[in-house]
Amino acid sequence: MCRPQVVAAYPISPQTHIVEALSDLVRTGELAQCEYLTVESEFAAMSACIGASAVGARAYTASASQGLLFMAEAVFNASGLGLPIVMTVANRAIGAPINIWNDHSDAMALRDAGWIQLYAADVQEATDLHLQAFVVAERTSLPVMVCMDGFVLTHAVEEVDLPEQEQVDAFVPPFVPQQLLDPDDPVTIGAMVGPEAFTEVRYLMQQRMDTAIGTVAEVAHDFREAFGRSSGGLVRGYRLEDADTVLVTLGSVAGAATEVVDELREQGIAAGTLTLTCFRPWPDEAVREALAGARRVVVLERAFSVGRGSIVGQDVRDSLHDLPVTVVEAVGGLGGRPVRRSDVRRLVEGVAADLLPTGRLHFLDLDHALLASAGVR
Amino acid sequence: MTSTRETRLYQVGTFAAGNRLLDLEDRSVQAHPDRTNAITSGHRACRGCGEALGARFVLDAAVRAAGGDLVTANATGCLEVFSTPYPESSWQVPWLHSLFGNAPAVASGMAAGLRAQGRATRVVGQAGDGGTVDIGFGCLSGMFERNDDVLFVCYDNQGYMNTGVQRSGATPPAARTATTSTAGDVPGNPFGQGKSAPLIAMAHEIPYVATATVADLRDLEDKVTRAMEHHGARYLHVLVPCPLGWAADPSDTVRLARLATESGLFPLFEAEHGEVTGVTPIRHRVPVDDYLRLQGRYAHLFGEPGRPDLVARLQAGADRNIARFGLLEEGGDRP
Ligand SMILES: Cc1ncc(C[n+]2csc(CCOP(=O)(O)OP(=O)(O)O)c2C)c(N)n1
Ligand code: SF4
Ligand SMILES: [Mg+2]
Repeated sequence: MCRPQVVAAYPISPQTHIVEALSDLVRTGELAQCEYLTVESEFAAMSACIGASAVGARAYTASASQGLLFMAEAVFNASGLGLPIVMTVANRAIGAPINIWNDHSDAMALRDAGWIQLYAADVQEATDLHLQAFVVAERTSLPVMVCMDGFVLTHAVEEVDLPEQEQVDAFVPPFVPQQLLDPDDPVTIGAMVGPEAFTEVRYLMQQRMDTAIGTVAEVAHDFREAFGRSSGGLVRGYRLEDADTVLVTLGSVAGAATEVVDELREQGIAAGTLTLTCFRPWPDEAVREALAGARRVVVLERAFSVGRGSIVGQDVRDSLHDLPVTVVEAVGGLGGRPVRRSDVRRLVEGVAADLLPTGRLHFLDLDHALLASAGVR
Repeated sequence: MTSTRETRLYQVGTFAAGNRLLDLEDRSVQAHPDRTNAITSGHRACRGCGEALGARFVLDAAVRAAGGDLVTANATGCLEVFSTPYPESSWQVPWLHSLFGNAPAVASGMAAGLRAQGRATRVVGQAGDGGTVDIGFGCLSGMFERNDDVLFVCYDNQGYMNTGVQRSGATPPAARTATTSTAGDVPGNPFGQGKSAPLIAMAHEIPYVATATVADLRDLEDKVTRAMEHHGARYLHVLVPCPLGWAADPSDTVRLARLATESGLFPLFEAEHGEVTGVTPIRHRVPVDDYLRLQGRYAHLFGEPGRPDLVARLQAGADRNIARFGLLEEGGDRP
């Protein structure tokens, strides 16, 4: 739909069907003027996207998990070079132990890679975010990851409102590169930069990322105008107005989160939920504004920093540092364990009743019996 | 203090680069009135750097063959570092450096991106031997196997020079490097199985493979030109002596490249679709000693007591090349 001109990808569950389908689209000519490169690794996939983007072609790839780590060096390089590549990340756990199911360890491992990271809450949003991603990427000349939960979203069969091609073409204009390898006007891209200017280059990246916060919001706004549907953007709040206790999530847990909030409201607990769509750049103001009225916040995420704890929780706490808000950090749904509504409800109830201490990571869904059988108490 | 040194002038009859006394069609790209000058002077390469010389001739010839319509991808390594110290750049052609191990894949992506836009711009990828035969090898093989429309050039100085002369998969046996010292029973790089990137390229049956050196720049240019006549994956492996890494005199760069071929250690050949189509016969065969003795990296093989046994093993390797490629037989494709 977004008319990529080069697709270079390497198969990995749960992304395989995406690249299979794209290969078919290119072969049948449905996706015209597009080259599909069957590369020999993810490292080559991202590298080929770098080459393609630098000669002015819209470049796309998709990966997950081990594949994302395998291409990591090139992922950092793409953002350093300021190339607006779009990549779907079908979020999957990282081994060992090898595990093909969903969590966010892969994208979180590349948190600091200089890419914009957008997380889809459902299949419709995943579709919409791809349209927005190309616009955001090309407007900012920064690469964008569209993260969608492996299997949960990548293999969900849901009715999706697919926009008409003309609408998409109007929304995603042809790619006009901000830097281009052009024989008529030769430039050197990727020169070696020493201590005399490296800091400034990184500073400019940070500046551009800051600007991208506005761009992400603006493109989501334009999307709503064009398609009449609210999708993407920085954060999405649900029943936050008078909420005492707010559950913060990213990705597909958002659905369960809203249901739990409704249930708790019926029980008389003033709960709300905030879904983070844009994780990098970190939408500090939007998060602060959304959570300023709360007394307690619980961040539930599908990844954690081993040896430290919550990843997103740190950012949330930082955004609220001077407000009287308690932030509890929790992790759940690792390696494909389904995030059950009952567990989430118990978590939020516990936080609302001030039963869960801060300063440590709470595991949502530990199987204590399994641990005991392994001799762990 | 001034010193005088003897200057010798070479006249017509040699194919020396820059010889402006030749007829126009016999001149090298460098001596041609519309020479392209892909890499300008002022870069930071060491004195006598074979890589700088090789890259200049390769790129100039390629730019000319492409009518100026060309882009390049470059791996990390000496060539990248000495040519683009920010805010300077020696490159007069569109040039991208991404990483150490991905230049072939970046070049593949460029070719795909250009094709998708209907542009006829040609693509040249380049890397040192490390970026080619070691860390970039997977990407290179993938590029060959898909027959992507890229000319990939390896500047082989037989080691990781940019990081201070460590061993690479292309370092020859017995050579001293920073990671293969002269201590132990077999001093220098161990005798292994070798890794001939040109032969491996040929095994992919790609349209064109050739080897060349900076000793015969006309031959190098011809091979680039021929490579550019083909489309699909093409591979050029250029031996580029490195005075620093080889501990050799900077003025011996061209001589060393010549001795490498005349000893049989570095055979010159061309191949199309997996078959050798021509070899450059050795005109004046020399023993490997002549080549080795000029280089400090082999100093441990000579002197007292020396290691004549290892020199003999190196000679055996050269003899094997000579027999394998028929380097002493007449009937190569050029006189
Ligand atoms: C992934 C990675 N590993 C290691 C390095 C360090 N490194 C940079 S250049 C280089 C060696 C280059 O050797 P070669 O490709 O032969 O080029 P040369 O400098 O000899 O021309 C190494 C090891 C790097 N830049 N990236
Ligand atoms: S170290 Fe060798 S390859 Fe590198 S610039 Fe010096 S002479 Fe050239
Ligand atoms: Mg080298």
